[in-house]
Amino acid sequence: METKNIMIVGVGGQGTLLASKLLGRLLLTKGFDVKVSEVHGMSQRGGSVVTYVRWGDRVCSPIIDKGQADCILSFELLEAARYTEYLKPGGRIIVNSQQVNPMPVIAGAAVYPENLEEKLGGLGIHVDALDALSLAEEAGSSKAVNLVLMGRLAKHFDFTTKEWMDAIEHSVPPKFLELNKKAFELGQSA
Amino acid sequence: MKTLMLGNEAVARGLYEAGCCFVSSYPGTPSTEITESVAKYEEVYAEWAPNEKVALEAALGASLAGKRSFCAMKHVGLNVAADPLFTISYTGVNAGLLIGVADDAGMHSSQNEQDSRHYAQAAKIPMLEPSDSAEALAFAKLAYELSEEYDTAVLIKMCTRVSHSQSVVETGERVLPEQKTYEKNPAKYIMMPANAKRRHPEVEARTKALTAWAETADINRVEPGTDKSCGIVTSSTCYQYVKEAFGDTYPVLKLGMIWPMPEQKIKDFAASVDKLVVVEELDGFVESHCRNLGLTVSGKELFTEIGELSQNLVKEKLGEAVQTGPVLSEDIPARPPVMCAGCPHRSIFYVLKKLKLTVLGDIGCYTLGAVAPLNAIDTTVCMGASVSGLHGFVKAGGEESAGRTVAVIGDSTFIHSGVTGLINIAYNESNATVIILDNSITGMTGHQQNPTTGYNLKGDPCTKIDLESLCRAVGINRVRVVDPYDMEACQTVIQEELAANEPSVIISRRPCALLKYVKHPGPICSDPEKCKGCKACMNIGCPAISMVDGKAVIDATLCVGCGVCEQLCKFGALGAEK
Repeated sequence: METKNIMIVGVGGQGTLLASKLLGRLLLTKGFDVKVSEVHGMSQRGGSVVTYVRWGDRVCSPIIDKGQADCILSFELLEAARYTEYLKPGGRIIVNSQQVNPMPVIAGAAVYPENLEEKLGGLGIHVDALDALSLAEEAGSSKAVNLVLMGRLAKHFDFTTKEWMDAIEHSVPPKFLELNKKAFELGQSA
Repeated sequence: MKTLMLGNEAVARGLYEAGCCFVSSYPGTPSTEITESVAKYEEVYAEWAPNEKVALEAALGASLAGKRSFCAMKHVGLNVAADPLFTISYTGVNAGLLIGVADDAGMHSSQNEQDSRHYAQAAKIPMLEPSDSAEALAFAKLAYELSEEYDTAVLIKMCTRVSHSQSVVETGERVLPEQKTYEKNPAKYIMMPANAKRRHPEVEARTKALTAWAETADINRVEPGTDKSCGIVTSSTCYQYVKEAFGDTYPVLKLGMIWPMPEQKIKDFAASVDKLVVVEELDGFVESHCRNLGLTVSGKELFTEIGELSQNLVKEKLGEAVQTGPVLSEDIPARPPVMCAGCPHRSIFYVLKKLKLTVLGDIGCYTLGAVAPLNAIDTTVCMGASVSGLHGFVKAGGEESAGRTVAVIGDSTFIHSGVTGLINIAYNESNATVIILDNSITGMTGHQQNPTTGYNLKGDPCTKIDLESLCRAVGINRVRVVDPYDMEACQTVIQEELAANEPSVIISRRPCALLKYVKHPGPICSDPEKCKGCKACMNIGCPAISMVDGKAVIDATLCVGCGVCEQLCKFGALGAEK
C-alpha cells in the first residue's frame, strides 16, 4: 500500500507527543511499517510543535514533506492554518477550534487571523472542526484534548474500539485511564 | 520482539544487548534520551556527569578497568570533550568504548549547526552513522566489536531525525562479553611525548586497517537501481530521503561508516553510473572525499550546507517536480517558544531589563529571556561563556561597565562550565556580578538531575552541591540568595551587588514551575472593573495573560498563580480569587 501520512500539530505542552505515540503503537500492532517523528527541546516550551506519523508496507523518510499529508490533526486553530501546505490535494484537517494566542499576538506585534475555520474551508480541503477543549473538560480534564482528538480521528480508521482502547491503556497512566477513555469516546461521538 | 523505538532508545538497547556496563553523559538535545533510556536497564550503571569532558574521561576509565562503556552528548558537547577525544585516539581502549554524538541540523534546539563528522577525521576515530532505529541498535553492537578488534573508541553519529524518530526494531538478549582485566601498559596509556610518538604510527596503521574493512563491510552497501544515469552516495537520514524520493530508481551507495570511508568501493560505484551525486546534510564531507579520490561529483552545488534536507528537496534538486498543498493568503503569526507560565526566570529578566543592564547570557531555558517582550539578554555563545565573558567585559570596560553588567547562568550550566569562569573572576579580581538562576533542575533538555539537585540519574538521593559554599570557596565573599518571585527584593539585591566594590554572586532560587513536586497556589483572576488596560502586566511576556477588548484576561488553564503580574498592576486588578 501507499504510505499514509498524518501530521499532528499544536502548541508545546498540549500533549501532541502522547497522541503520536498512541497512534504509532496501534499501527504497529496492525502489522504496518511505522515511523513517528517528534520534536524535543526548546520548541516544546510553548512553541509550534509538529509530529509526523507515517505507515505503510515500507516507510523510508521519518518526516512528512509539503503536499504529502493525508490528514492534519491540529490541537489549535492557528497551527492548522500554519501547515495547510503540507496537505495532499483534497486532504483533511481535524482541528480543535480552541485559540491559543502566540506571544507575538499577546505582545501586540501581530494579530490572530479572524474566521480561520471558514478560510480553511475555502481551500478545497475537508475541515472538521470541534471544540475539543470543552469535551475534554466534560471528560474531567482540559489536558485530555489529545484523546478527544484521537477519538475524532478514529472515525477515519477501520480499527475496532477494542484496538483503540488497548492502545490507550498502553499509552496513558492507569490513574487517568478512565478519564482518557471517556475523552476518546466524546471525541468519537461528537 | 518488534517494537517502536526512538533512535536514541534503540542506541540504548544496543548498548544494553552488547553488555555495556558503564554510561556517563551530559544531557543535550537531541542526544539526551540515549542516556535516560539506558538508565532504565538495571544491569547498566548510568550517570549524569557535570560536563561532557568529565563524562568521556569517566567512560575511558571504565573501559580501561575492563568494562564496555559509553558516553553521549550533543554536537557542541563534543567540543567540550574534544580534549580527551584526540588523545583517546592514541591510547585506544581496553574494553570497548563508544561515544554517541547527536547533531542538530536545522538547529531545533542548538546554538550552531556544526557537522560532527569532521571530528572523526580530525581525531582519527571511526564513526558509524545509523539511518533509523534498527540500524541504531545494530550499529551500537557492531561498534563495540570494532572498538575491541581495532583498539579504538568508536563514534556513533546521530542527528535530530534519527534520534527523535521512532521506527521498528527487533530486540535481542543481553550478552555480556568476557570480562577484561586492567593491565599496566605505560607505553599505551601514558601519553607523554616519547610514548605518544610511538602511538601515532599505530593510529595511522589503524586507520588503514579500518579503511580496508570499510571496503567490504556490509554497512557500506550498494543498492542497485534501474536508472544508471545517476548514482547517489548517501548516509544517515538523507538515505531515507533519497529512498523516499526515488525508491529503487537510482543506484545508491549507502555508507554506514562515515569515517574512514572506503576508496575502491566508491570508485567502483562511480564507474557503474553516468553521474555521481552525494546527498548529505551540512558540509560536503563525503563529497570532499570523492573529490580527493579524483572523482567528478555533484553535492553542495545542489544541496545546501544550511539546515535539514527532505524528500521534496532531494526530488527537486535532481529534477523532479513536487506538488505542495494550499496556502492561506494571509499572515500566520509565528509561535516561537516562550517561558512557561510561572517560570521563575521571567521576573529576574523583567528586573534586569528595568534596570537597563547589559546581560551576558548562557545556554538553557533562560535564553528565552532574549525574546520580546523581555529582550533582556545581550549575548549567548556556549556553556559557561556568560561568566567568563563577563570577566573580560568588565575588565575591559572598567568601573562604569562593572556597575551595569551581569552574567546569568543556570544551575546545571554553572556546574558544567560556569564555576571555572567564576574562579577566574575571583582570582583575577574583576568586579563582576554573576546571577545563578537556580531552578533546581536541568530544564531545557527535559528535567535531568544535576549535582545541585540532590538526586542522581537513577532518581536516588545523593550528595548535593551547596552553591553558596562553592562560590565562597573559590573566593567570592558576597553571595546572596533571592526569591525571583519577589521582584522588589531582586531589584534591591541586584543594585546593591552592582554597587559593591568586589565580585558577587546572586543565587536566584526557585524550582522550575513544571517540576511535579512544585505546588502552585492556582490561577489568579483579573477584575475587569479595576483593570485600566494599561498593559503593564503584558511586559513580562506571560503566555497566560492576554488583552481582550482592552482588559487583561487570565487563561486559567495556564496560570499557576506565581503572582509576578500582580506586582506590576498598580490598580489591584490582578489577584487570587476572592
